[in-house]
Amino acid sequence: MNQAPGIKLDKVSLTLGKHSVFQDLSLHLQAGQWHSVLGRSGIGKSSLLRIIAGLQKPDKGAVRTDTGEPASTHIAYMAQDDGLLPWLTARQNIQLGPRLRGENLQESTAQVSELLERVGLTPWADALPAVLSGGMRQRVALARTLLEERDIVLMDEPFSRLDAITRDELQSLSFDLLTGRTVLLVTHDPMEALRLSHVLHVLEPGSPTRIQSMPLATPAPRPVDHDEITAQLPSVWQFMKSGSDLPVVV
Amino acid sequence: MASSIPHRRPRVPAFLVSLTLFLLAWQLLVTLSGIPHFLLPAPLAILKTLVNQIQTLGLHTAITAFEIIAGLVSGCVLGIISAVLLSSSRRLRRWLLPLMVISQSLPVFALAPLLTLWFGYGMGSKVVMAILIIYFPVVAATFDGLRHTSTAMLDLARTMNASPRTILLQIRLPAALPSMASGIRVATSVAPIGAVVGEWVGSSQGLGYLMLQANGRMQTDLMFAALLCLCLLAFLLYTLVNRLLDRALFWLPDSSSTATFHTDAH
Repeated sequence: MNQAPGIKLDKVSLTLGKHSVFQDLSLHLQAGQWHSVLGRSGIGKSSLLRIIAGLQKPDKGAVRTDTGEPASTHIAYMAQDDGLLPWLTARQNIQLGPRLRGENLQESTAQVSELLERVGLTPWADALPAVLSGGMRQRVALARTLLEERDIVLMDEPFSRLDAITRDELQSLSFDLLTGRTVLLVTHDPMEALRLSHVLHVLEPGSPTRIQSMPLATPAPRPVDHDEITAQLPSVWQFMKSGSDLPVVV
Repeated sequence: MASSIPHRRPRVPAFLVSLTLFLLAWQLLVTLSGIPHFLLPAPLAILKTLVNQIQTLGLHTAITAFEIIAGLVSGCVLGIISAVLLSSSRRLRRWLLPLMVISQSLPVFALAPLLTLWFGYGMGSKVVMAILIIYFPVVAATFDGLRHTSTAMLDLARTMNASPRTILLQIRLPAALPSMASGIRVATSVAPIGAVVGEWVGSSQGLGYLMLQANGRMQTDLMFAALLCLCLLAFLLYTLVNRLLDRALFWLPDSSSTATFHTDAH
């Protein structure tokens, strides 16, 4: 794959009803890195992701890649709700993109088998979503995202409904399989953000929402007992709660 | 086969037992009480009439079956198309939805004479009657299903550059199928009412016509035989539609439990 592009948000404003969510929000997401947007529920994380995905039109401003193209043409999207179609098998769900675009499914068959192998679901290839566990369903969703071969992957709390152990496994698997792409993960879980990110973007409570970015020093992903996580967790926590200054990383 | 499993005797479906008991009680009541034949014929007499007049009954059953099936198919198709149109246009919804709801307060039976006037004594008016009676349940159920497609699926499809037509055909309609199916089940159970009421008001053939004629001539046994045919017809139709819907909904976790008439005990 070519070098994935980064994303530039340029003075994006969004008002939902009478509530001003973002005002002139600018943000640069560097190419090929794992970014996490962290904030409390209802603060506008998902709105931000939907704007980048092209699912929500901002009132003002633009979202482009480094190369100046509209970002929405480069993205694959993975949400909290796995969005699996219950009438399609795991294999067919992975092929959803080609299916919906009316492409020849034969062309991606080999790739789907390989992806099934990589997410560890080969024995479940022909199972319907109803018989799969939450973790397995998200692994199908991950494979479906990977088949899209987009440079930018947007994730909206995809792990939040999983139990702690499954979540940990799936986070590591996702990190491995998405290496090289520009990833933007939206989450309300500081632990998850600190484990996986190269750069953390924390949304500060208030209207309109402000954002503070914080690059992490050590290579990701980090084990749960990693020193940097232990060191940063209290201040990130405090910032999410009341919005003070984030610590400067040396 | 069954005999290879010694400890499991083949079970008689419970409803067959209750049906036999019911018929037995009926036969006894008629025999012992001496109720006149034209008021309440005994089951055995009805059976005799059924066998003797099987050709007449078969012909009229076929006519009624055709009216029901034609009404059911056209009503479902019209209903599904209407629901798709309604769900795709807010303006259409604003204009038509109140009208449709109000029209439902009109008893369809009251329209039957009018339909006979407009569409004649033939099958046309009965098919239209069946369509009218099933149209609304199908529209309402399908519309409801289409409105509640999960946003996750729709978002996903949009980020995959799916066209609105593809989204409708491959996501929204299949996702609405469970809801649509309950509308179709209701439609299947009320469609015979439409056809038979239509036949009562004015016709020259069909089970409704036959019943009316038999009633007028005090041929109560023939009337019961026609009723039995109608019953069987409705039951078979419902079972068939139910099976088809269950098959289409193979992916629902509890698709078999939605069937109301499961008589085949394992």
